[in-house]
Amino acid sequence: MTRKPAAAGKASVNGAVGAPGAVSEALGPTAAPALRAHSPEVSAVRARRWGSLYFAEHVLRVMKSYGWTIVMYGVGQPVAYLFAMGVGLATLVDTASGALFGGVSYLTFIAPALLISAAVMSAANEFTFPIMDGFKWRRVYYGPHASPLTPQQIALGQVIAVTVRFLLQSAIYFGVVALFGASPSPWGWVSILVATLAGLSFGLPLMAYAASITQDKGQFAMVMRFIVMPLFLFSGTFFPLDTLPLTVRWIGWISPIWHGTELGRVFSYGYQEAPLLTVAHVVFLLALAVLGWVLTKRQFIKRMAG
Amino acid sequence: MSSPAETGPPQYVITAENLTKRYGDVAAVDGISFSVPAGEAFGLLGPNGAGKSTTMKMIGAVSQRTSGSLSIMGLDPDLNGPEVRAHLGVVPQQDNLDEELKVRDNLLVYGRYFGLPMSYLRPKADELLEFAQLTDKAKSKVDALSGGMKRRLTIARSLINEPRILLLDEPTTGLDPQARHILWDRLFRLKEQGVTLILTTHYMDEAEQLCDRLIVVDKGRIMAEGSPASLIREYSTREVLELRFGSERNASIGAELEGIGERVETLPDRVLIYAHDGEAALEEVSVRGLRPVTSLVRRSSLEDVFLRLTGRSLVD
Repeated sequence: MTRKPAAAGKASVNGAVGAPGAVSEALGPTAAPALRAHSPEVSAVRARRWGSLYFAEHVLRVMKSYGWTIVMYGVGQPVAYLFAMGVGLATLVDTASGALFGGVSYLTFIAPALLISAAVMSAANEFTFPIMDGFKWRRVYYGPHASPLTPQQIALGQVIAVTVRFLLQSAIYFGVVALFGASPSPWGWVSILVATLAGLSFGLPLMAYAASITQDKGQFAMVMRFIVMPLFLFSGTFFPLDTLPLTVRWIGWISPIWHGTELGRVFSYGYQEAPLLTVAHVVFLLALAVLGWVLTKRQFIKRMAG
Repeated sequence: MSSPAETGPPQYVITAENLTKRYGDVAAVDGISFSVPAGEAFGLLGPNGAGKSTTMKMIGAVSQRTSGSLSIMGLDPDLNGPEVRAHLGVVPQQDNLDEELKVRDNLLVYGRYFGLPMSYLRPKADELLEFAQLTDKAKSKVDALSGGMKRRLTIARSLINEPRILLLDEPTTGLDPQARHILWDRLFRLKEQGVTLILTTHYMDEAEQLCDRLIVVDKGRIMAEGSPASLIREYSTREVLELRFGSERNASIGAELEGIGERVETLPDRVLIYAHDGEAALEEVSVRGLRPVTSLVRRSSLEDVFLRLTGRSLVD
């Protein structure tokens, strides 16, 4: 093969002379001369260690742009629900059947359920459209994919950022609940963590599913209508699960909302249940979250490694 | 083609030997070998589906090869993905900027992926915005930018870690001519500073403008390798005479043109006569009593090289 020797030779010489700051110099005399990036080796070491946090930082920056929505969701929704259900509906419920709710007011009974449900509903948003966006619409994940970050770090970064959102939102929600006097136990704040766990438990399997979708056929709307809403209604949210016939009671048993809500009740007003059941709630929520994470990780790697 | 003897480790930043990528039974890249010395602008020229982007993904350490060997800065991208990617700047074929972030924030978050501190990133982002002529758009949302601006922002983003190797996959596809020229100018400046450019394109003028050396790829294989000028010299004549006789007659008239110039190529829409002297060839055409509807004498280009090598035209 003939090659123009001059061109190849010249290129090698250029390459040998080029210094690491060459790009800055290309910017002309106005550029600050001292600005130097650390070496690629340092980049790689840092990315291997902290990569998921770097991507979480990115997602949180994006969330900041709709930060008000998160805060309003955190404050507005509990205020509305607690007034409507806990104050309005409660005037009927409390007089009629107070004993049904373990001797606490209806407001106290539903407050943990609303807190957990809010986290799960946020999960249904955060772990669907943004994931699809990352892979398909605006392909946001493929930017970091070309950087030292790995697909599993991108997935984990997304999860970390959403977890931060759950914690923040649940803390605000809990603050409002506490102001309503609906969390009498000193351990009530633990329900912030329970809500976050329930959000991940429901959200991570959903994230794995969202990461597997290549064609948008309105799947997420179906998830909302046929999974999230039934879970919300039949998870012992507004009335104890055992008041339901067995034909629908099983929905509660497989529902992260029910397990989260029962757990939340234990912490917020000392709800009495068999200790083994309390352990079962934690195990169920953790197991679903871990399963969801394993599937998510696998899906991200499969989708990004061509 | 490069033999192993030429591949001295210090001067080559990329070395591929028999690089192959298969998807099932289809070989997207079918055993290609090349080496790129530091500071060179190296091009992969070929039509859509030739395997250029697949090659770029393997160099970019985001796609694993099926067989062969590949070394980037002495590292195997399949084993040391993050380390290889830390050396690179990547401009993908499809923009993947975060449109929910502002222009400048896109640079900052990208720099963070390399673990770069904010004390470096803030002034660096401003510097790169100036380089990309986007300073006055720093606080705009990305979706307010034009196609050319987005492309320049993507290039600015790829430079945030001061890479010594820049991968550009179809950098100017879909841009208007003016936007392309601005982009070429920016790439030239990088090249002048010794940044190694690896670019794919199916535009011959882009390859001619930017590349020191290129490989012509078709169906996953290398058809030819060399500088644009040497390829033209080797595979084409100095000038080309383009004749149009109307779509009905182009095909049938080929035989009557035989013997004029060095070679006659009949395409559906025109007839090309490869000759050292195009004007003389045109004279000969009229001497033979043939009256083309239009005629044009031009210099040979990489398009002609590609046509010669594959029998097909580059842009379909």
